[in-house]
Amino acid sequence: MAFTLTVNGERRTADVDGDTPLLWVLRDTLGLVGAKFGCGAALCGACTVHLDGQPIRACVTPISDIGGKTVTTIEGIGKTPVGAKVQDAWKAIDVPQCGYCQAGQIMSASALLAAKPKPTDADIDEAMNGNLCRCATYTRIKKAIKVAAGLEAVGEKA
Amino acid sequence: MDGEILRDPTRRFVLQSGAAVGGGLLLSFTMTAEGQAAGDTQVNAYVRVAPDSKVTIASKVPEVGQGIKTSLPMLIAEELDVDWSAVTVEQAIADSKIYGRQVAGGSMATTLEYDGLRRVGASVRALLIQAAAARWSVAADSLTTEPGVVVHAASKRRAAYGELAADAAKLTPPDPKSLTLKDPKAFRIIGQSHKSQNLDAITTGAPTFGIDMRLPGMLYATFAKAPTYGAKVASVDLAPAKAVKGVKDAFVVEGGTNLQSIVPGVAVIADSWWAARKGREALDIKWAEHPTAAQSSKGFETKAAELSKAPPHRTLQNDGDVDAALKGAAKTVSAAYSYPFLAHAPMEPQNCTAQVKDGKVEIWAPTQNPESGRALVAKALNVDPSAITIHLIRCGGGFGRRLMNDYMVEAAVIASKVAAPVKLVWTREEDIQHDFYRPAGWHNFTAGLDASGAVVAWKNHFITFGEGESFSLAAGMNSTQFPGRAVANYRHDVSVMPLGFPTGFLRAPGNNAFGFVIQGFTDELAHAAGKDPVVFRREMLGAPRLLGEPGKGDSFHTGRMRGVLDLAAEMSGWGRKVPKGTGLGVACHYSHLGYVAVVIQATVKEGAIKVDKAWAAVDCGRQVVNPSGAEQQVQGSVLDAIGSALYQGVTFENGAAVTSNFADFPLLRMAEAPPVEVRFKLSDNNPTGLGEPAYPPTPAALVNALFAATGKRIRSLPIGDQLA
Repeated sequence: MAFTLTVNGERRTADVDGDTPLLWVLRDTLGLVGAKFGCGAALCGACTVHLDGQPIRACVTPISDIGGKTVTTIEGIGKTPVGAKVQDAWKAIDVPQCGYCQAGQIMSASALLAAKPKPTDADIDEAMNGNLCRCATYTRIKKAIKVAAGLEAVGEKA
Repeated sequence: MDGEILRDPTRRFVLQSGAAVGGGLLLSFTMTAEGQAAGDTQVNAYVRVAPDSKVTIASKVPEVGQGIKTSLPMLIAEELDVDWSAVTVEQAIADSKIYGRQVAGGSMATTLEYDGLRRVGASVRALLIQAAAARWSVAADSLTTEPGVVVHAASKRRAAYGELAADAAKLTPPDPKSLTLKDPKAFRIIGQSHKSQNLDAITTGAPTFGIDMRLPGMLYATFAKAPTYGAKVASVDLAPAKAVKGVKDAFVVEGGTNLQSIVPGVAVIADSWWAARKGREALDIKWAEHPTAAQSSKGFETKAAELSKAPPHRTLQNDGDVDAALKGAAKTVSAAYSYPFLAHAPMEPQNCTAQVKDGKVEIWAPTQNPESGRALVAKALNVDPSAITIHLIRCGGGFGRRLMNDYMVEAAVIASKVAAPVKLVWTREEDIQHDFYRPAGWHNFTAGLDASGAVVAWKNHFITFGEGESFSLAAGMNSTQFPGRAVANYRHDVSVMPLGFPTGFLRAPGNNAFGFVIQGFTDELAHAAGKDPVVFRREMLGAPRLLGEPGKGDSFHTGRMRGVLDLAAEMSGWGRKVPKGTGLGVACHYSHLGYVAVVIQATVKEGAIKVDKAWAAVDCGRQVVNPSGAEQQVQGSVLDAIGSALYQGVTFENGAAVTSNFADFPLLRMAEAPPVEVRFKLSDNNPTGLGEPAYPPTPAALVNALFAATGKRIRSLPIGDQLA
């Protein structure tokens, strides 16, 4: 059946089965491939997108559950002030190695900073613990979040 | 869409004329890229110059997160003499006739390319100088360059590279050996930190990875293989899959017996991957019986225990007289170490996009080893290798998994039966359950110490996989590995058992396990000798000297290892007082031409392990090409090894992997990841790679720290709840 949803401020329509996870609607139907497939079971966070500003795992969220809520993906997060800051910090710190998980990391970090503009280390660990990075870029992720939050400068040793 | 090849999938370099020169160093090609901006000049296979002097540099080796797409073009840019800000990097297409070795493996790219790619840059610079010399009718040796500009100081004439490139491309390239390379003191780019490529695309979600490929009319595929490796399809009803909305087709693929190519299975083709997956779930496949079904992890454990008690099948190294030395030793120590099978689990599941049309095969692959894939595809489709085009797409991690191209062959074979481009994507479960595993292994050590605590005898009965005199892939061990050749009485024994599962290369193959067992056992010897673990290792290393032949990969320099050992001790404040329940552990190991020592501080409270901090000292030669990327590789390797040592193992039952996803194959998470301090110890040796060598010492440093913290010696990985 046809579902209408708001993605990054645009109305989009997808004619798919209701059990189709949002991730595959985004990637295959709408052509937004920024959210990544990593596990299909909400174990790795690579597919993280925002639903009404809250981070969710798109790989286990059926399209039928979206209803009138608005979806924000990595392709759209830069339009929010927090998202833009996070993306800039990611580049300034040169966080990625392979880069595959980083869209999900940025989405989780953006949700954290929107809720807690000055997070503690414990806040960061808690908010980011569902996002795996197989290259283990965690040190730089944490640093980039602190830079985006204005807690540390780019050149400062973590 | 951002992201080079994905922006325009038809874009590729087209060979126009010229012939390859020896050694894989190509200087004499004239090439154009379809769709390149008008007026750009392809000076050679690596360098294109735009009229505004902006330069595009091809990166030959696949990018898998090791940062090679930054560091190799840096080598060219340095000698070409351009500003890095004027450089755009483009991934080269797979073509060994043009580019030579294009393998992301063995941490070898820096080692093999450090000289040659600088000569590529120097060659283009020489051509630009020649072009200016001809234009101005002056001697070439009266000209110099500033970044992007040829300068004639005497007449104050200047010409930007962009003005000269078209003339330069018509000239005959100089003999690469005749070129004088820069004095390293004059480096402007090498040795400075430069950022990862594709940062914009990665941080904004633009198509970047193989799994992001989208082509007009593309369909999606899943491929169901037997849980038991290589079992054939006995029967299947395809109708339920075909009834799923969006499914276009489903068919049996006969496959073969080579586990590195395509094995038997059932393909489902659909208009979205989710539909293809639902179709696959709807299939009720009966698999034929297969002998590997008799194999299990428990069976391997039992067999290894039997073999450990029996005389070894073979003795591969036997220096001095180990038995006599053990009899005469003041103290003997025996210990048995073991480690599990490991999956690679790169974050991006295996995938590949392929189109077969008019006898041509076009492939977009996240692969570490494209030419091997080309050969397999050519054989599977019975086409000439030259009919296959392979685009190298950035890999969402590799760790050695994508040295194998089974998924590439699957995509090509499936696409050959579909009149559209096809993207094949595996599930995570398929990825973990159809891997080329780091082989499990068992080591039975005995060593003898004399009255002064020096090691006088060392023997290792290694139980591994293989048949007769051959080992399963990556299951053999260098029989002279340190302390071989340093201990006078030294024996390396081996026994093997057959294995039906495929094994392969995981980050620092072999060494990722041998570092653990050798450096874990070494720590036990230090303890038995009543010596500080760093002091004991220094004594084992002895005077600075090369063990083995110069230039051989298995040669080992004790002085270089001593250098990093001392540096790691200094960085970590080795010997300082730590609270009760906290311990420092050290380990050092040589692999992939790199010498690395790691110290770990860990705390154990009520059985729960916290890794507080890690320090890594690294000797990768006289020059770190990209310090930022180098730090990332070392930090990533150390944390990868910590996660693996704490948690990971793949279990087999009835011929199938039962481990399936990140719930039972956990990766380290942020809250568990300690800070990793990295320092480089420069030595007067050729620069070498960093994707791997910091991994092997880390698991041993961790278990040695846990021993220091608790007095409990861990001899079997994963650590799991052994301290609980």
